[in-house]
Amino acid sequence: MTPATVRVKVWQRRDRKSQLAIWAAWLIATAIFVACFHLISEKTIWDFVWDAPAQAGDLGARMVPPDWKYIHQLWRPLWDTLNIATIGTLMSIVLAVPVAYCAARNTTPSVTFVRPIALFIIVSSRSINSLIWALMLVTIVGPGVFAGIISIGIRSIGFCAKLLYEAIEEIDEAQVEAVRATGASAAQTTVYGIVPQVMPAFAGISVFRWDINIRESTVLGLVGAGGIGLELNAAITQLYWTQVSLMLLVIIGAVVVGEWVSAKVRHAII
Amino acid sequence: MLRIKGLIKRYRTGDLALKGIDLEVPDGQVMALIGPSGAGKSTVIRCINRLVEPTAGSIALNDIEIVGLGSSQLRQARRRMGMIFQEYALVERLTVMENVLSGRLGYVGFWQSWLRKFPQSDIDEAFRLLARVGLDHMASKRADELSGGQRQRVGICRALIQNPELLLVDEPTASLDPKTSRQIMRLIKELCAERKLSAIINIHDVMLAQMFAERIVGLKQGEIVYDGPPDKLTPEVLTSIYGEEDWSATIRKADEADEPAADNVVPFEPPLPSRDRLAGLT
Repeated sequence: MTPATVRVKVWQRRDRKSQLAIWAAWLIATAIFVACFHLISEKTIWDFVWDAPAQAGDLGARMVPPDWKYIHQLWRPLWDTLNIATIGTLMSIVLAVPVAYCAARNTTPSVTFVRPIALFIIVSSRSINSLIWALMLVTIVGPGVFAGIISIGIRSIGFCAKLLYEAIEEIDEAQVEAVRATGASAAQTTVYGIVPQVMPAFAGISVFRWDINIRESTVLGLVGAGGIGLELNAAITQLYWTQVSLMLLVIIGAVVVGEWVSAKVRHAII
Repeated sequence: MLRIKGLIKRYRTGDLALKGIDLEVPDGQVMALIGPSGAGKSTVIRCINRLVEPTAGSIALNDIEIVGLGSSQLRQARRRMGMIFQEYALVERLTVMENVLSGRLGYVGFWQSWLRKFPQSDIDEAFRLLARVGLDHMASKRADELSGGQRQRVGICRALIQNPELLLVDEPTASLDPKTSRQIMRLIKELCAERKLSAIINIHDVMLAQMFAERIVGLKQGEIVYDGPPDKLTPEVLTSIYGEEDWSATIRKADEADEPAADNVVPFEPPLPSRDRLAGLT
């Protein structure tokens, strides 16, 4: 009696062709990495790199202890920084709401005309970093807190409007339809059908952006747009490293507090 | 009296959803609209209050033509038609009271509604309606805290506070368990009788339609294929509406129908106070 030949059905995750393609992709990626490493290595002065730990240690040593007496001069720029972040965020929210309303497919007055304009505003605001906005605004409105506020505001419009219009597009249309069916006007339908649905997203986005803006506004001073960055820049150029370390600590403190507040608020809303 | 003549709806995709519907619903009549999915039941109801724009035909509610009304007159026409939805369509993040009062939006101005300054008479009526469906103690709860049956009762209050002449009811029981379905249908029927309201109820469940409607209209592929009393629904009629199937278990006398076991009941339904039992809800 011959043993019955059982035909084993082979299963593999990928067929031979895609397996080979993946191997080839890995090979090419590795080759590119090696080539790039070679190129960069040739253009690097390795003596400096090997010296880096010593340099870092030296800088670190000059940074401690932080110059705590200097803190009395920091409250004012810190307050400016918080104001830049907060007022800038408020400004961006006020402007982002109508932009988002016009950008959302289900609320826009016109998909062919208004929506592309709104989307363009969002893209242009998002694609330019707030530091670059600040650079330009310092030349336009002069150095100071005002330039910082405007640059934070402009930069944040796109962010807030994009997230908000995505939230508007995701609402439950049935609720809107139900409000409309009662004979409500367009404005009433928005207030009763749409606003309650996007309110949590709106609050979350605002606080999240405020949190980001606290971090962004600390560097705006580097280009003269007010806040603690201005002091930081001055201290670095004058090599007052103990002041620099104190300012870094203060900035970390402010960011941690900002994140804590934003996390609390978002938790309370959701 | 609702009078529909030659109602045609062609969607932008080219689908002909309604192929010339003629229908009259006299005052005070509760009519069930049955038919397979895609037959056009929902389209009929949505054409009446023009959430869906009819392609051709005429719809008149108490001799006022609805097709072709301008936006402000359409709003006034919509005030006279209350609508009840399949998934309740309550605004989830508003309170029960706000949801009920939203039925008055057609009557109040924008700032009044924005500031929630509804006339006291509206608020009184809202409390009266909520008490009628046994939910007055829930007025300040948020809509998403309620169970399915409770939400649908809030939806009914929202429709009724409009003081409508006609109720448009779209699959009111599709998201509810069998027992709650019957309670809701019974409530709609009672309220229609109390207020001499006419109603068009889209419903999948043929047995429920037979139990609670005085007239049944069968729709198939955008055409009316049956129009008559519930007890004339024979297997032949059901076959003409839905297609070939063994209908012997579906067609029953209402009083024979046994309450199905309640093991798939929606989880949260707090014990009802005795007042609700008086309201015929238990």
